[in-house]
Order: sequence, then C-alpha cells, then structure tokens
Amino acid sequence: MNVIARSLGLTWVAEYDHEHDRAASALSGFWLFMMSDLIIFGLMFATYVTMLTPMSFAGGPTPKELFELPGAALETAALLTSTYTFGMASLAIKFDRGLGKVKSWLLITLALGLVFLALEIREFAHMVAEGAVPQRSGFLSAFFGLVPLHGVHVTAGVTWLVMMLIQINRTGLTGSAKSRIARLALFWHFLDLIWVGIFSVVYLGGIA
Amino acid sequence: MSHSFWSLVFGRLDFDSLDFLKAFFHPDLNDVIVSGASWVVILGAVVTAALLTWFRLWGPLWSKWLISVDHKRIGVMYIVLALIMLARGVLEGVVMRAQQADGLHGGFVSADHFAQLFSTHGTIMIFFMAMPFLTGLINIVVPLQIGARDVSFPMLNSLSLGLTVSGAMLVMISLVIGDFSTGGWTAYPPYTEPDFQPGAGVDYWIWAVTLAGLGSTLTGINFVVTILKERAPGMTLLRMPIFTWNALCTSLLLVFAMPPLTVAGLMLAADRYLGFHFFTNTLGGNMMNYANLFWQFGHPEVYILILPAFGVYGEVIATFSGKRLYGYVTLVIATMAIGFLSFGVWLHHFFTMGQDADVNAVFGIATMLIGIPTGVKVYDWMATMFRGRIRFSVPMVYALAFMVLFVLGGLTGILLANPTVDFQVHNTLFLVAHFHNMLIPGTLFGMLAGYTYWFPKVFGFRLNDRWGYIAAFSWIIGYFLAFMPLYAVGLMGMTRRTVSYTNSAFEPWFLVAGAGAFFVTVALVTLCVQLYVSIRDRELTRDIGGDPWNARTLEWATPSPVPAYNFPVMPHIHALDAFAVAKEAGFGYQEPTSYSDIHLPGNTWAGVIAAVFGTALGFGLVWHMWWLAWLSLAVLAVSLIARALLGDRHPVKIPATEVRRQYRAWLEKVRAVTPVTRALEWDHRNCGVAATEYFEEAAE
Amino acid sequence: MEQSLLSSNPSVRSCFCLAGIVEAKSAGCGSISCVKSAKLRIMGSGPKRRTMRLQFSRRSLRLLLAGSVVLLTGCSDKNQSFLTPDGPVSALEHYHMWLITLITLIVVAPVVVGVPLLAWRYRYGNTRARYAPNWDFSTALEWPMWLVPVAIVAVLSVYLWIYTHELDPYRSIAADKPPLRVQVVGLDWKWLFIYPDYHIATVGEMAFPQDRPVSMELTTDTVMQSFMIPALGGQIYAMPGMVTRLNLEADRTGEFEGMNTQYNGDGFHAQHFQAVAITPQDFDSWVKTVQHNGAALNPTSYGILARSSTPAEVHNQFGDAAMPKDITFFNDVASRLFAGIVMRYHGDRAVSPAEEPGTVAYNAKLASK
Repeated sequence: MNVIARSLGLTWVAEYDHEHDRAASALSGFWLFMMSDLIIFGLMFATYVTMLTPMSFAGGPTPKELFELPGAALETAALLTSTYTFGMASLAIKFDRGLGKVKSWLLITLALGLVFLALEIREFAHMVAEGAVPQRSGFLSAFFGLVPLHGVHVTAGVTWLVMMLIQINRTGLTGSAKSRIARLALFWHFLDLIWVGIFSVVYLGGIA
Repeated sequence: MSHSFWSLVFGRLDFDSLDFLKAFFHPDLNDVIVSGASWVVILGAVVTAALLTWFRLWGPLWSKWLISVDHKRIGVMYIVLALIMLARGVLEGVVMRAQQADGLHGGFVSADHFAQLFSTHGTIMIFFMAMPFLTGLINIVVPLQIGARDVSFPMLNSLSLGLTVSGAMLVMISLVIGDFSTGGWTAYPPYTEPDFQPGAGVDYWIWAVTLAGLGSTLTGINFVVTILKERAPGMTLLRMPIFTWNALCTSLLLVFAMPPLTVAGLMLAADRYLGFHFFTNTLGGNMMNYANLFWQFGHPEVYILILPAFGVYGEVIATFSGKRLYGYVTLVIATMAIGFLSFGVWLHHFFTMGQDADVNAVFGIATMLIGIPTGVKVYDWMATMFRGRIRFSVPMVYALAFMVLFVLGGLTGILLANPTVDFQVHNTLFLVAHFHNMLIPGTLFGMLAGYTYWFPKVFGFRLNDRWGYIAAFSWIIGYFLAFMPLYAVGLMGMTRRTVSYTNSAFEPWFLVAGAGAFFVTVALVTLCVQLYVSIRDRELTRDIGGDPWNARTLEWATPSPVPAYNFPVMPHIHALDAFAVAKEAGFGYQEPTSYSDIHLPGNTWAGVIAAVFGTALGFGLVWHMWWLAWLSLAVLAVSLIARALLGDRHPVKIPATEVRRQYRAWLEKVRAVTPVTRALEWDHRNCGVAATEYFEEAAE
Repeated sequence: MEQSLLSSNPSVRSCFCLAGIVEAKSAGCGSISCVKSAKLRIMGSGPKRRTMRLQFSRRSLRLLLAGSVVLLTGCSDKNQSFLTPDGPVSALEHYHMWLITLITLIVVAPVVVGVPLLAWRYRYGNTRARYAPNWDFSTALEWPMWLVPVAIVAVLSVYLWIYTHELDPYRSIAADKPPLRVQVVGLDWKWLFIYPDYHIATVGEMAFPQDRPVSMELTTDTVMQSFMIPALGGQIYAMPGMVTRLNLEADRTGEFEGMNTQYNGDGFHAQHFQAVAITPQDFDSWVKTVQHNGAALNPTSYGILARSSTPAEVHNQFGDAAMPKDITFFNDVASRLFAGIVMRYHGDRAVSPAEEPGTVAYNAKLASK
C-alpha cells in the first residue's frame, strides 16, 4: 500500500472486513420503522382530537359518558409493569444472569401483556354492548381507530415475544436472539409510551 | 350453483364485471375501447408466458431474477415494471387528449370511462411509474456509489418490490375485471364513500395504493439505513455523490410521508368495509380530515418524485460538462432544506376549503420558500456548465430541456402558491399543466436520463444514441405541445377532469394538445425501438472498461455489467468524486493488494410470495372474497414469521481466488482497450475506458 | 382604450335567458362600469396613496399584457375567464397574477436564456472557451444565488399577505348598498340558488344586480363541490353539513359562466350555470317574474330536484315555456330550506342512503317510483 495511492481518490484495500455490524443496522432500521409508526399514531391522535366535537358525537355517547377511570387505570398498570419486567429481562441478558432468569422475566412480561389485552377486549365488549360501536359516530370511529390500533400492536408484540421464547428455548441466547430481544424491548417500551398518550388524551382528557 | 354458494366463493364478482366481454354485449365505441384494453392485458400476459416457455426462460427468470436479492436485479425489475406501467399511463393520457380534442362535439368516450381514465392515469403515473422508476434507479445506483456489497436488508428489498408489484397487478386486473375508481388519484371522500361509489373501483384504488405504499415505506427504511451504515470506509457523508444525497433525502421522505397515505387509505377502507364514519356526510364524519391526511402525504410525495431526478441531473450535468459539480455543499443543504420544508406546506392543496386568510397566507409563503433552495439548485447546475466542455449526450439533452422547462413550472408553482391566484386556477387545467410541467420535464426526463446514463453499467453495453435523441426530442416536443395549451385553457376557465365542453374558444388549444399527444406516443414507441436496436447492436456499444462517460463517481470504477458482489474488495475513499481523482492521478485501474472471501445473502421467495399473495389479498378484499383475503393474509404472515425464525438458509460464499481470477481477467481486458477521448463518446471505439484529455488541457 | 381592452368581448350578447323579462339591450354588454372605482373600494382599507400608486402600475401592466389577453380569451359568448375580469375581485386576482409573473421572471428568465447560451458557449467542440474542470465554488457567486431568490420571495410574500387578506372570499365587499344574499346549494349536477329575501330559487341561472355585492353562503346536499364564477372571482368549496362563504360583485351587466370545478360524477361537465348581472330595475322585474312563473319548491319537489340530474334535465322536469332554456325558476321557497339542508347532516341519526341525495340508493329509489 503506497501512500500516494492512499491519498488520491480511492484505493482497494483488503484489510477492511465487509462483515459490518448486522445488529446495529437492524436496530437503526427498527428505529426508523418506529418513527414511521409514530407518525401513524400521531395522525390517529390528531384525528381523534378533531372528532371531539358535538357534531362528531352525533348524539351518541360522549367520552364523559363512556370512559371510566378504574378500567383504564388497571390496563395502564398492567402495561407499565410489563415495561418494568421487560427491563429486568434486558438487564438479565446484559449481565448474563442466565437463561432461566431471562425466560422467567419474559414470561411475566408476556402474562402482563395478555392481561392488558384481556382487559382491553373486555372494555371494548362492554362498549359494544352499550351500543357504543364505531358505526355510531365519527367520534367513536376515531376511538376505535386509535385504541384498538394500539391493541393490534400489543398483539403483534405478544406474538413476537412468544416467538422469541421459542427461539431462546431452542438455541439459547445467541447473538441473533439477543439482537432481536433488544428490538422487541424497544418496541415494547414504544407501545408503553403510546399507551401513556392514549391514557392521557383519551381517558384522562375524556373524563376531565 | 346456488346464489349463496356463488357469493361465498366469488364474493360480489359476477359476469357483468368482466370487461373483456363487454364489446360483445354492447358493441359501441366506448365499450370496444374498454374491452380492447382488457384484451391487450390478457393477450400481453399470454404472449409473454408463451415466449418465456418457447425460449425456456422460466428457469432463469425464476432463479436469476424473481428470487434474487441482488440490488441491481431488483432495481432492473422495478424499472421494467415502471416502463410497462408508463406505456399504459401514456396511452391513457393519449386517449384523454384525443377525447378532449374532440370534446366540443362530445367526443367518443363516456363520462364514466373518462373518469376511470383520469383516475388510473394519475394513480399509475405516480405510484406505479414514477415511484418504481426512481426506486429502481436508487436500488441500482446507491449501493454502487457508496461502495457497498448490497443494501442493509436484502430480503426486505425483495419484499418491497413484491408489494409494489402486487399494487400494480391490482390496477392491471381492474382493466380486465370490474371498473376502477372514478374519484381521481386523490380519491376524495365523500364521493368515494360506499353510498356514492358502491362498486369495486374505489377498493381497487385503496388496496393498490396501500400495498404499494407499504412497499415504499420499507424501501425508505432500507435505504436510509443502507446509506447511513453501509458506506465504504473513508466515504464520509460529505464525500457521498449527489445522487446518493438525494436518495437519502427521498428515503427519509418515504419513511415519514407514506404513513399519512396509509392512514387515509385505511380510514377510507374502514368507512367502506366496516361502516365507520371517518369521512362520511352523516354522523359526524369529516371529509376535511381526509384532505389534510392525504396531502400530508401528497406534498412530500412531490419531492419524493423530484429529488431522485435532481440527483440524476447533478451527476449527468457534472459528467457531461467534464467538470466537478459546482456548489456540492450548497446542493446538499438545498436538498435537505427542500425535504424539510416539504412537510409544512400541505394546506396549499386546498386553499379553497374556507379557512382563515391568515392560515392561507402562512401556507402560501411557506410554499414559496421552497422555491428558494430549488432555484439555487438550478443556478448551481448552470454554474457547473460554466467553463465546462459540454457534450450533448442523450442524458444531457434531457437535463438541458429540464432546466429550461422546469423553471417555467416553477413560475406557475409560485402563482399557485398565492391563494389569490389559486382561487382562480385551482381544479382547472392550469393546475394540471403545472404538475405535468414538474413531473414530465422534472421526474420523467430525469428518470429517462438516468436510464440512459446507467444502462451500460447494468447491462454492459450502451443504448443506441440515434434513437435516444429521437425519443428525447419527441418527449420534449410532445410535452411542450401537449401541456403548454393546458395552461392557456386553464386560465380561460376550463376545469380539470372534464369530459367535454361547450366553449368553442377551447377547441384550438385542445387540438394542439392532441398533436402533442401524438408526439408523446411517438416518444414511447421510440423508446421501445431504441431498446430493441440497442440489444441487437450490442456488440457495437460494448462497455468493457465500465466507464463509458468518463464519469466521476465510484460506480464507474467497477466492471460493467457489475458482478454480484459489486467490488472485488471494499474500496477506501479519500475524496469526493473519488474515481475522477484516482483517474486523474493515474490510479484508475489498480489491483487490490489482497483478496478475501465474499459472503452474499442467499435468494429468497419473499418477494414472489408478497407479489402473489399481496395481489390475492387485494383481489379478495376488492371483491369481498373473504376466504381468499384471510388465506392470503395467513400465507403472508406465516411465511414472514417462518423466514424470521429460519433466517437466511442459503448464503452464498465466493472464494477469494475466484474473485481474484475474475477481477484480473477484467483488468486484462481493460488494458487491452484503447482509451478514447470524449470526441469518440458515441463511437463504437468507446469501450468504456476514458483517455485523460481533460486533465492535460487543464494543466495548460 | 384601456377599458375597452379589458371589458371582455365586444360582441353583443343575446340574452335569451332573460327574454320577455328585460330588454336585451340593457342586459347586454353595452354598459361598461368603472373598474377603477370598484377597485378603489376594495382597496379602501389601505392608505390612499398606496392605492393610487398600485393603480398606476396596474394600468401599465394591463397595456403590456393586452395582447396575450386577447389571444387567450377567444370568442365565447359568455365570459368564462378572469383574464377579462368583470368584477373587483377577479380584477385584483388578475392583476396579482401578472404582478407575480413579472417579479418571478427576474429569477426565471436568466435560466431560460442562460442555459442555451452556456450550453452553446461551452460545447465540447469550442476549444476557445475557457475550461476550468476543477472550479467548483465561488463565494461571490453564492451570495446572489441565494439572496436574489430570497429577496424575490420576500417581496412576493408581502404582496401575498396583503392580497390574500384583501381577497379573502369571506370578506364582505365594501359598498353603499347592502349586499344581495344568495344561498347556494350544490346538488348533483347543478347548483340551486336560493334568494332568501325573495322566497325564490333558481337552477341554471344566478341573476343579481350590477354594482351591488353578492354575499353567498354555500353548502351541498351531496358530495363536495367547488363553486366558481371565474369572470367575477375565485372559487370556494361547498361541503355537506358545512357552510362556506363567498363575496363577489360584477361591475358591469353581462353573462358570466359559472360552474362546479370538483369532479362529482357523470354529469360533472354539465354542472354549469350562467351568472347574470343586470341593472337594479331589471333585477326587480326578474324577481317578480320568478315569483310569478316559478314551480313550487316544497319537500316533494325538492326531493325530486335533488336526484342526480343536469340543469337541462331539471328544466325538462319542472320548467315551462315561460322559463328560458335549461333554466328553472322556483318560488314559495321556505325560509328555512338552506338551514334545514345544512342541519340534516348534524342529526343524531344517520341519514340513510335512500334519504341522502347523490347516492346510488337515492337515485334508485326515485327511479323506481
């Protein structure tokens, strides 16, 4: 390798290992995906807020009549705790606390996720029984556009979690598994953040 | 067969939906055109299948192309899709021009058919011509320009292509089975609500656009990461070629601007399929939300379409002026400024919706601000030509026509940014003329310039230049004749999307526009002829050295056609325009000191599965064949999850010795080639190695 | 001279639409009202000095552009373009358009001229031209490249701010007479013009007195539409359940083409009407004619009117020999009609498709009857 060649334009050198850091790329890609997803949630929030008018209630139930704090608070508690437990799983991976610890924290997270979904489905069923269906008004359409969208995301997260449990059960904590769990953790915390928004805007804002 | 069984299997599909039978039942001119179009699609598919079988090409097509994750092959497939859709889009435009040329006397197309024509024309040209074309160019060029082996997520890349193809398939199927939407490419509700348009048309639009939009979002993510993470060592951000910068900005726009379209489309779908009230007239729906959502996508989309073309022009003008690009950093800043500003101007698409004058004025001024960086870009390209040695190659002809015509579109864009003027010309043909002015000389010319410019890099031979000139001048003349009159009739009060008119003053202008449509048709045919002649005479235009234009950037430093692994070893970059600098110093064709094994991702079925089952999903949803929709969704989900669990099972390893053998063989050939000066650029003696005439002259 | 250039087509219009009501002479284009005075009024809020200066530049601009105006307007029998403005709003819009064009040409013209010149001067074969392959930046060049467009946009922004506010369609036009109120309902594929003060309504024609502002409220009883009379002023959307506003004025008598510009189905291209400016006396007699010769507009007839049909089809259904071709007069219009149309979309119950004009179900229901 002579110095002149190196300084002019381009040189072909073999010492560079092209095997770049796959995990880092995947993580960047995942961040971008979440930003894109955040735009979707942002627009759903915006739509929801524009639909909080008497015209969009269209004589149907209003947020005040519809929402009750205890149920939403319970859902919030389940999801916030699951974020904590996922954090513990991540720490267990980071500090090599063993596969067992990781699995148990992830299982607790999974259970809490399922509890959240069950509570949410119960709430929707309750609303439907009261006639508060999305076909009733623009406001309810916006509600059923926003909140179940988050629910669908949580369902995807739960599915992914199950897949990861299967994977680490079979192969142990390989590099690929760790990288995937890192992304799932991001996703899980992201959904938590969205839920904080939903709880504040939809539930607290609706009851206030 | 009982009715209920029929509807269980075929949903709402019935015999009346089969367009290709219409000419036999209602033999009038309009239905003959409708049926004729669907027969063209059917016969086109049959003939293609027959030819593939006859020449025994199914195998290679499958293994070398459809399941390939090579970014160059994926790029080529995108461009093939774009060219096919371009043909359909142009022909639809020609039918509309012909109809309006005769519009004073009623014409020959029914109002409903005309509405489908402008709806499919717009949808196709934006989503299935321009988007695949620019995505294809980005795919081919960006990894080469940044010195990467491939994109960051090759499987995802294939998946994006599959989703785009499935959207295009739905639009093509709509030509054969059922009608398309009559709501224009924007599909504004409440006109597109099920009460007003209960048929399959709007649903075709929704799923075609949503599937393609999903593909575009994934492409955006892929290329942002590729550009940020996969650059060769030494290629700092400010050493990236200008096309790559524009691709980066475009990809960012894709990531952030496609979601609003997805949201708008899915909300409309919720209204149509589930009886929601997002945009309905009654029970608190609000169509103004749709307008906002759609254009929060729609305006950045304009820059998604134009920025890659700007990138092409940057490369083309610098190369064919034999100069460094003037104001590289300025251009980078201008590009990013345009991308940023593009998110803050969406309201100018509906100044006429009755909002406050303050709001209109703020958005109007924000819109005009975009004119500043755009204007600076044009000046920078002019300064690049200043004191250059300009060769009027085909890409350069497109670039020159672009600069002159594009600023005229800029002028009318400034007019439209002013609410006062917009009140008058909104929804008129003036607006139509404006955006065609931006999208034909801007995007399409840019794409065709890029197609001509990078063709030898991908296929190893140049395109025929004589037919290239004929095509370019036909496009330019055709564009000018077809769309300049529309400015006039627009100012005279002619609304857009209007099948016929009674004002005789419009007629002469429409006749001129009709003549323009003829030239555009010629241009389209010429492109096909050019491709045929170029392939036939490929031995005369071989690009052995890989650098037929004496170009400046990294992609020209590697053989043409580019091997699957792009570069024998990873290049180290020490300058902007690294290849030009190396050539100048006499280091253009070095041999690496050592080689190592190259690992490439294995082929994947992801793209094919996405294309087939994406199409099936859309088709099932359009026709309410719920079993098909659920089945396709399940197949898509299961195969994606399986791929995620199993990983890439067939990665490819190319041993270092093989790489060395291939690269040395190429270097041998390069040394045997006589370098040519630019005077011989189109001569058969140009075998892709450039003589260093410029540097000698500069030294004087 | 200047005014005759401006004043649309010199051809005498035959006003068959008003035959028998007013004499063709008075409704024709013989009288040309003073564009200047109208403009002074709309500019009235600003300081007088500025108005005068603008006035002067506007005049020279007009003379400059007269040629292209003649080329573009052609020879239709109704004015369909703001290139030959017939009202203060369209006149100012027209002026603003050319003003922007001229200012923007400062940055556009150098490119149109410069690109061919540069291309030729620095062509490959011209070895006499200087060649500087490594020259790629100049601070001295960079300043004007950025600052000239910035300055142009700054100037344009000032104009944009001023005119956008002056030409706000919601802003009422200053006048000594109170504006004529018209309520406009968009139906598929025609506009219904309700004159609430006279209990009349029309389809296919909107008549109003010259030199008196017209203040419109707009809505639709179907999908979204956009209302425009180019010769008088710009457009505004009309949307169901919502009311938008538009203020226009004609400063001469004559006929102007009006239309919907937002595609709404097969009959879209036929959704035109004539806006007719007449003298106040003629307007009074026109109102009387409509009051005496109209068909009654009650819920039943409105239900039929609201189905998808063109103005000509409406005339065939409701019109009689006393009404001009393709034009229909209605009387006995309930004063709450417009408000009722707006409010029916605000109800607590869904409007079923069979009750919602423009839908397939609505048209089918009436067809089966």
